[in-house]
Amino acid sequence: MTEQNFWQKYIFSTDHKIIGMQYMFTGMIMALIGGYFAYTFRMQLAFPGTEVFGFGTVSPHEYNSLVTNHGTIMIFWVAMPVLLATFGNFLIPLMIGCDDMVFPRLNRLSYQVFLLSAIVLVASFFVAGGGFGGAWTAYPPLSAQAKYNMTQYGATLWLIAVALEFVAFLLGGINFITTLMNSRAKGMKMYDIPIVLWMIVLASILFMASVGPLIAGAIMLLFDQTLGTGFFDPAQGGDPILWQHLFWFFGHPEVYVVLLPAMGIVAEIITVFSRKKLFAYKTVLYTAFATGVLSFFVWAHHQFIAGIDPRMANVFAVTTLLISIPIAEMLFVYIATLYGGSIRLTAAMLFALSFLAAFLIGGVTGIFLGASGADIYFHDTYFVVAHFHYTFFPIAILAVFAGLYYWFPKMFGRHMSETLGKIHFWGTFIPFNLIFLPLFFLGAAGQHRRIYSYELFSELNSADFQNLRVLATVALIVMLIFQLPFLYNFFASMLRGKVATANPWQANTLEWAAPSPPPHGNFATLPEVYRPPYEYSVPGRESDFWPQHEKPSGESKA
Amino acid sequence: MSTMPIATTRSMTGIPTGRLAVWWVIGSEIVIFGGLLACYLLLRNLYPHWGESAAHTSTLAGAINTFVLLTSSLFVVLAHHAAERKRHIAAFFYLWLTIGGGLTFLLIKAFEWSYEIAQGYTITANLFWSYYYTAAGIHASHVIVGMIIMAIISFDVLRQRNLPRVELIGIYWHFVDIVWIFLFPLLYIAK
Amino acid sequence: MSEHTSAMHYVKIWAVLLVLLIISVLGPMLEVKILTLITAFGIAVVKALMVAAYFMHLNIEKRYVWYLLVMMLLVVGMFFVGTASDIMKPDGRNWVNRAAQDLRTPAADVSADSQQQAPTAH
Repeated sequence: MTEQNFWQKYIFSTDHKIIGMQYMFTGMIMALIGGYFAYTFRMQLAFPGTEVFGFGTVSPHEYNSLVTNHGTIMIFWVAMPVLLATFGNFLIPLMIGCDDMVFPRLNRLSYQVFLLSAIVLVASFFVAGGGFGGAWTAYPPLSAQAKYNMTQYGATLWLIAVALEFVAFLLGGINFITTLMNSRAKGMKMYDIPIVLWMIVLASILFMASVGPLIAGAIMLLFDQTLGTGFFDPAQGGDPILWQHLFWFFGHPEVYVVLLPAMGIVAEIITVFSRKKLFAYKTVLYTAFATGVLSFFVWAHHQFIAGIDPRMANVFAVTTLLISIPIAEMLFVYIATLYGGSIRLTAAMLFALSFLAAFLIGGVTGIFLGASGADIYFHDTYFVVAHFHYTFFPIAILAVFAGLYYWFPKMFGRHMSETLGKIHFWGTFIPFNLIFLPLFFLGAAGQHRRIYSYELFSELNSADFQNLRVLATVALIVMLIFQLPFLYNFFASMLRGKVATANPWQANTLEWAAPSPPPHGNFATLPEVYRPPYEYSVPGRESDFWPQHEKPSGESKA
Repeated sequence: MSTMPIATTRSMTGIPTGRLAVWWVIGSEIVIFGGLLACYLLLRNLYPHWGESAAHTSTLAGAINTFVLLTSSLFVVLAHHAAERKRHIAAFFYLWLTIGGGLTFLLIKAFEWSYEIAQGYTITANLFWSYYYTAAGIHASHVIVGMIIMAIISFDVLRQRNLPRVELIGIYWHFVDIVWIFLFPLLYIAK
Repeated sequence: MSEHTSAMHYVKIWAVLLVLLIISVLGPMLEVKILTLITAFGIAVVKALMVAAYFMHLNIEKRYVWYLLVMMLLVVGMFFVGTASDIMKPDGRNWVNRAAQDLRTPAADVSADSQQQAPTAH
């Protein structure tokens, strides 16, 4: 192979590891933008009308735009690229023991489309009228007609950006699925595939199956915006509820699209750092299948008060409560894995454990919202906001950090500082709870979402309400400050960290058989697989791990 | 740089990688078209008076276009047949017949649409016409994409390279044909 | 993969498809509703299956490709079923979608204001 210049190696690379990192760095930049938005509108809520440091005064219109784009960015441009694309691209070929994705150039194209979508979204903040402010769900007629949303260009660019992002992940998803199905190392049977890969591929399939109607819907909405058709305009016979169905038919499975990879990452980390076999591998797998299937039957619980048919509300309340069973089962299985293990509390493990704790709260509070009767009260309050942040924050932030701390040695060949990692962990996890626990109380007390300033609502403007809002905002600022040690740790360790060996955590899966960092082509000789991925502390063996690629010898076959 | 990775040559499922990927592409397309047609069907059942609008579509043009697409499907399967037997000139010839079929389809569509638009049945005329142009338009864009990919593949075939790709574009083309098979009764026949 | 089939085989399939096409065009001309449904949509399903089986070679493809495609169709079906009671039959018990009802009779003279009213309970 001839020497590649900088552009070939890092910008127009077809190497899966580089593409994964491109997704990661793009996701990190978008996360900073999303975090900055959150800081700005939280400041407005805690100290309404004052000048926000680093932004200026927030107008009602800007407030809507900030909230909308915070949600859009965090889900589509942070959670998706980091959880699915970064870990999917980096891990799939390494963990199945082959040299690259099956379609490297398609992979590069998917990143380029994704980058384009990010640029379009950022551009939409600067057009005349400002960024779109109709919430990330983009309900028509607000989103469909410029006379309502007052962002003629912002709304259209927002929609185009989201549609491009879908295309990028369809291309990437086809690559992931095909690679896992066809290119596994010799000997790697169905139940030898590490859980994280199952989860990423299941998530890709879920995404592909659920996004179709919304892509069609996005085209229809685009025509409503630009050509003046009436797909979602009741005055012309269209139906705005139809958009809600199209959106949530995708929007709810989307939760599981990002949840499953996070669950997979946590499974890898928990087994390695408790030196135990994953409790009930097949149960985890089948529950993931069940979650995937059920996720297509629950979407209308987002619409209980939107005027949907009450008969269907019954059905959807039941299915929604049902889906908590497989998720709870998965959490139980992970806790059972911990039981009796020799637990090593590294930074990665701390983040993984905090994921379980935080997601548990997120899941349990979801029960209230899934029951249609309770939802009538809770709908569109801060209770909902707190609930989905208790699910999305563990998914998109805690699990991602767990994964980054865990695979950093493989990605860059060096270790991150554990001390800084632990400071970062406590500085993230404690403020996170202090941000969102108050929001549960505020929501239960009746504080409605999407309100620019509570000064205009006397019954929501008392001192005890306001104190909780200030608490949440201060906690957010503390949490954002505690990301600085992470950023320092990340970039300094990349250059000067302790050099990592090929298998620093003594893990079993195939990516640790490659050098750290793996060269182009990954393995000197492509490995073969002889056993399942979680053979830790096997009785009768001297070492407490048993890599998948290690040839069985005569010593002990226990 | 563009040497094929070993990953691409592996085939644990027994289906070649390229064909497996095309099946997933089609799977993702099914839900896109399915979602759109589901919306159409829901509203079509709610509003029986859409039949009056549908009466203004030209069943003849739709039927001719179905015939054209079915025939082009035949050509592309014959191209695959020839490519399998390494008769690359024949494959090239059949691929271009298919592209010609696609072109005929688009020409008929262009005449049909300009006639309808001239009569005032534009995309904003009413909801039926909105669905009519959107569904047929998304389908037509698939025809165009298929023709472009087919043209690229045909020149590879002429140089006797990447012959299995003829089958892949064929599968995609048949899928586009199937979508039209459903659009035809939905938009034209049901009055 | 289709080593045993000759080019003639495909032409025969094509001829059958053309016959089906003609029936699906002529059937609705009888203006019998049930016949229209059968000829137009039933035949569309048959045609699609024939193209899938013989032209796309699903008849000799691995079985799970069928499962994959059928799974996607079921997903669409789920969307249709879950949405139908709201969009297609918007008249659940104790619940009236007045906007939709007004629109169902196109001649009804309703002002734009009443059309945009939210559905109201009895």
